[in-house]
Amino acid sequence: MSSMVSNFLSRRGFLAAAAGLVGGAGLLPLAARGFPAGQSPPPGEHVPPAVPAGSAAPPAHGLNTAVGEVDVRRMAYDPSAFLTAFERGRVSRLPDGRTLREFQVVAYDKPIEIAPGVIFPAWTFNGTVPGPTLRAREGERIRVKLVNAGTHPHTIHFHGIHTAAMDGVPGLGAGEVPPGKSTVYHFDAEPFGLHLYHCHALPLKRHIAKGLYGVFIIDPATGRPPARELVMVMNAFDTNFDGKNEVYAVNTVAFHYARHPIRVRRGELVRIYLVNMTEFDPINSLHIHGNFFHVYRTGTRLQAWEYTDTIMLCQAERAVLELRFPYPGRYMFHAHQSEFTELGWMGFFEVSDHGV
Amino acid sequence: MASESAAAGSTPVASRGRVWGYALLPLVLLGLFVLFFLRVGPLGVLRAAFPPVEDLTITRVALRPGLMEVFLTNGGPAAVTVAQVLVDDAYWHFTIHPGPTLPRLGRATITIPYPWVQGEAHTITVLTGSGLTFAHIVEVATESPRPTRAFLLSFTLLGAYVGVVPVFVGVLWFPFLRRLSRRWVHFFLSLTAGLLVFLGVDALEGALSSAGAVPGALRGTALVAMGLLGSILALLVVGRLAGGRAASSRLVVSYLIAAGIGLHNLGEGLAIGAAYNLGQIALVTLLVTGFMLHNTTEGLGIVAPVAREGAALRHLLALGMVAGAPTIGGTWIGGFTYSPILATLFLAVGAGAIFQVVVEVGRLVASEAAREVATLLNTAGFVLGLAIMYFTGLFVAL
Repeated sequence: MSSMVSNFLSRRGFLAAAAGLVGGAGLLPLAARGFPAGQSPPPGEHVPPAVPAGSAAPPAHGLNTAVGEVDVRRMAYDPSAFLTAFERGRVSRLPDGRTLREFQVVAYDKPIEIAPGVIFPAWTFNGTVPGPTLRAREGERIRVKLVNAGTHPHTIHFHGIHTAAMDGVPGLGAGEVPPGKSTVYHFDAEPFGLHLYHCHALPLKRHIAKGLYGVFIIDPATGRPPARELVMVMNAFDTNFDGKNEVYAVNTVAFHYARHPIRVRRGELVRIYLVNMTEFDPINSLHIHGNFFHVYRTGTRLQAWEYTDTIMLCQAERAVLELRFPYPGRYMFHAHQSEFTELGWMGFFEVSDHGV
Repeated sequence: MASESAAAGSTPVASRGRVWGYALLPLVLLGLFVLFFLRVGPLGVLRAAFPPVEDLTITRVALRPGLMEVFLTNGGPAAVTVAQVLVDDAYWHFTIHPGPTLPRLGRATITIPYPWVQGEAHTITVLTGSGLTFAHIVEVATESPRPTRAFLLSFTLLGAYVGVVPVFVGVLWFPFLRRLSRRWVHFFLSLTAGLLVFLGVDALEGALSSAGAVPGALRGTALVAMGLLGSILALLVVGRLAGGRAASSRLVVSYLIAAGIGLHNLGEGLAIGAAYNLGQIALVTLLVTGFMLHNTTEGLGIVAPVAREGAALRHLLALGMVAGAPTIGGTWIGGFTYSPILATLFLAVGAGAIFQVVVEVGRLVASEAAREVATLLNTAGFVLGLAIMYFTGLFVAL
């Protein structure tokens, strides 16, 4: 519209430029004569937003939200269930007495719903984004079979300590696994901490942005104190493939935990496994309202690193957070980049005495 | 065979039936063929190879206190579903009527309760079910005018300032023109042609740039071609029908010029109304002053053909109104219901009308010129006409 006007006037294109230079100052009185006072609202004075009649009441956080509900059944993925879903694999004992833990991960293409009505043509591990949260104990022998049922070559690159051949990058070991093929990665679970895995096939950005990543937890041999454990993967989706994300979330679905707050019991220890898998933005962050948490960076030490209410992580950086909510009520959590918050990365903890 | 005589008796009816049959046969076959093609043709294979191409156009955004109204048209080949709406990179609550799925060429209105900020820019992005985004920038947020009496009056006054008054000021050159020799009348007619060519190019350029904002399936450029050629041909026919007598033909040319200029001024009105709609008050002010200066020369052009034999006062008044009044209509349309489709069509019709009038002016001069149309004086007049238009535009900026 504006281009139409300015182009229509292109012969007097300088007019538009002059409008910027001259500004309204000297000319506004003349314009004001044409447009009687009271017809346009004075600056800064607006009727507060109202929900139009007939529309559903908005959820918490007012009107800054997606409209509608994601069909988690159709998607066969529920972010609320994902929080506490740990894949512990098939356990057996090796001749030397060590524990062997075997996983199978199948990569395949699957459209997923990332915000109500918005379907993203994802590439998945086991049909979900993020893929299953694989969990082992420090020192165990790990075997992960990757089956590629997708349309592109894929790999699994595990963060952790292993041989070059098990690194899951093109040109090393099995390299890229073509569609219809499979491979097995084997290594020892070390060091303990909070790790991740992701496809390292090329082009790398595309394979990660499409959803091929997941959380890999190695528990310390001594264990951690009992707690309500939650997995939170900060991720985002570039739905129109312009190299910028349109949807931000934790565990994929925008605003999911705003509609379905995470329920915890007052005073209980809550442990959050927080992993940043956001593509295209160098950093992401988490801020929890009305509380502070202890940070165990990468989860590789059992002593807290700091006590804070906001943590910033680069892509692939992660941290274990521990906190207790002293008061009942709803406490918001979100990225403290307000842009990400408003684009879906926000939710609530619902703290009560009866908990889950 | 038994009914041969009866058939012979109704031969005309039978043969008419046969004619209709011959006319319809290809259509029926074509229909069957298209049906067959869509059912089992190769399209399925072609379609499977490509993701859907969506083409949504936000044709207009109206701002009310605490509310945004977004008007959408689906100009793509397939239905599009609006999944979410973002304002300034934030998901926002919205309602959509009649529904979220727009069929091909379908339209919908999104209502967003949003605390927009007076004088600032806002970006509205529509996210479709397939994740594609269609954005529209409100450059300077201001409450959209509604057709209240006060606004109607204001826009009418603006239109009058821009269109009616300057044209009548120009018509005041009439007594001066009456006292000129034939050579100098031809000079001023040539000058008129120069003015008109400039206005025609201007309108055509406006039409083409506006065509870019027309939803894809409505084919903005084709709309320009239709408006341009349609108005040229229509005025050609009108001129032929009305221009029987030599004496009246000059008056007819004057009316044609007035009509062409009127359509062009309608475009100017649209620009003013649309600029106001965009909150560009400073631009509106410059436009009004610019067009005022500019349009004075149009009055000269209108009366030049009848300078020699004169015209009744009522004709002069009517000519001025035909040329000037459409500006008022333009400001109304631009201010209240701006639509790139209408704007494109009006501007193209205006351009066609002007070019046709240039031809008429040329013929008028040619019919009266003893030997040569392209005399030094006439050529100078034409070039001067172009130059006047160019420099009155510049003068406004300086």
